[in-house]
Amino acid sequence: MSVTVKLPTQLRASAGGEGAVAVEGSTVGEALEALYVAYPELRERLSDEDGSLRRFINVYVNGDDIRFGVSSNSPKRMGQEVQILPAVAGG
Amino acid sequence: MSATNLKCRECGSLYELDPIYVCERCFGPLEVAYDHSALAQDIPELRRRIQGGPQNLWRYSDFLPLPDGPPGPSGRNSSRVGLAAGCTPLIRADRLAERLGLGEVWVKNDAANPTHSFKDRVVSVAAARARAFGFEVLACASTGNLANSVAANAAALGMESYVFIPADLEEQKILATGVYGTNLVKVRGNYDDVNRLCMELSGERNWAFVNVNLRPYYAEGSKTIAYEIGEQLGWRTPDRIVSPVASGSLFTKIGKGFADWLDLGLLEGELPTMNGAQAAGCSPVATAWAEGRDFCQPVKPNTIAKSLAIGNPADGPYALELAKSSGGSIDSVTDDEIRAGIRLLAETTGVFTETAGGVTVATLAKLAARGDIGRDESVVAVITGDGLKTLDAVRGSFESFEIEPTFDEFTSKVEANLVTAQ
Repeated sequence: MSVTVKLPTQLRASAGGEGAVAVEGSTVGEALEALYVAYPELRERLSDEDGSLRRFINVYVNGDDIRFGVSSNSPKRMGQEVQILPAVAGG
Repeated sequence: MSATNLKCRECGSLYELDPIYVCERCFGPLEVAYDHSALAQDIPELRRRIQGGPQNLWRYSDFLPLPDGPPGPSGRNSSRVGLAAGCTPLIRADRLAERLGLGEVWVKNDAANPTHSFKDRVVSVAAARARAFGFEVLACASTGNLANSVAANAAALGMESYVFIPADLEEQKILATGVYGTNLVKVRGNYDDVNRLCMELSGERNWAFVNVNLRPYYAEGSKTIAYEIGEQLGWRTPDRIVSPVASGSLFTKIGKGFADWLDLGLLEGELPTMNGAQAAGCSPVATAWAEGRDFCQPVKPNTIAKSLAIGNPADGPYALELAKSSGGSIDSVTDDEIRAGIRLLAETTGVFTETAGGVTVATLAKLAARGDIGRDESVVAVITGDGLKTLDAVRGSFESFEIEPTFDEFTSKVEANLVTAQ
């Protein structure tokens, strides 16, 4: 399925200045992988040495944080919009 | 100014003192870094300078990231520029201590700030810095207390403001925000939804979001609670601090305030044992603590302590680290315990606190009952906000008498009932 991945301002320079990128993927993991193929620089920015998402990055699917007990590989958790945001705001 | 850089807490990358909050390399949070070596040259002189400073948080401006110094002359009851926060009372609470079987308990009453919560400290610093950066609009994502403070401080400084809150907030907090003439935006969702929206907006609008793009500066304001407690106790640290935890920013900055002043030799003693307090209905940090994890699983909040209802706490991992390194803990208490905590503080100290303060007092009671606190310890409970902000929490919690204005009615309906009750 086609998914829109919304990028925070901090990542846009690594994605040709785009704030939103359309990719294909039936899970969050697949969508992120497609994003990394389109913009290789983003892989290093978003994932740590083990390939998992960095500690201070939040990923939301249709507005819900994917860490609500479900892994990013679950197709049940997929939606039309994946949003990536820094985790260090608020309070 | 002794602030030198912004520094990533995760990877140590250095940045200029700009309105940014995220490390470009690893997405870690940026923090203000200082060089206090000039201040360390003459500690007695530094102490005298602080004591001779204004009776508000600007007396600590050597330790705040203010490029032009404090915003203007001010004292206890006068200020040329803006609302003067801080220098709130530290109250010895002997009757509270007695009820809990403790030796020395103090209440840091931060309800005694211009908009009745500790948020005036962080907003003062963020607003001063925002003006120095040239921003014209102040904004925030808030669970209520910050909303009051941003709206009021923007009004005081003649700035425009946008305040984003969850739509279901306590009426008192909504009214005490709108009155300042802010652009008040009620978002259908919880605080974490509001926060997500504000993060997105901060990339699209050239505004000073105090707790997003100005967050490194904003957070520094919380250190002044530690400075004040140290100064009020005669330049020494208490043995233990009990403080509420929402995002974890206040809790960790209180720890940092004590650590910085201990390093400099301004305070005697050791880093206090740091006990964090959360509501059971929103306890991602306490849950991580109980399960021995070093990260927080986000939750959907459901508690009367709405000012602490942050399900996705940004500084959760650092709050866990501090609790561990200081020999403390992060505990949680139920809504009933929170109501009892509000009542206990009110009837033993004369301080009426909001639900967040109820969380703190209930946690103090829990630690005391568990035997975690020695009788020889000095304990400071940080009371962050005023009870008038969350009146629903005490509605129906006591009896009263309604009578005709006659002596007879008083004796027959009041005194007679009091005798029966005894």
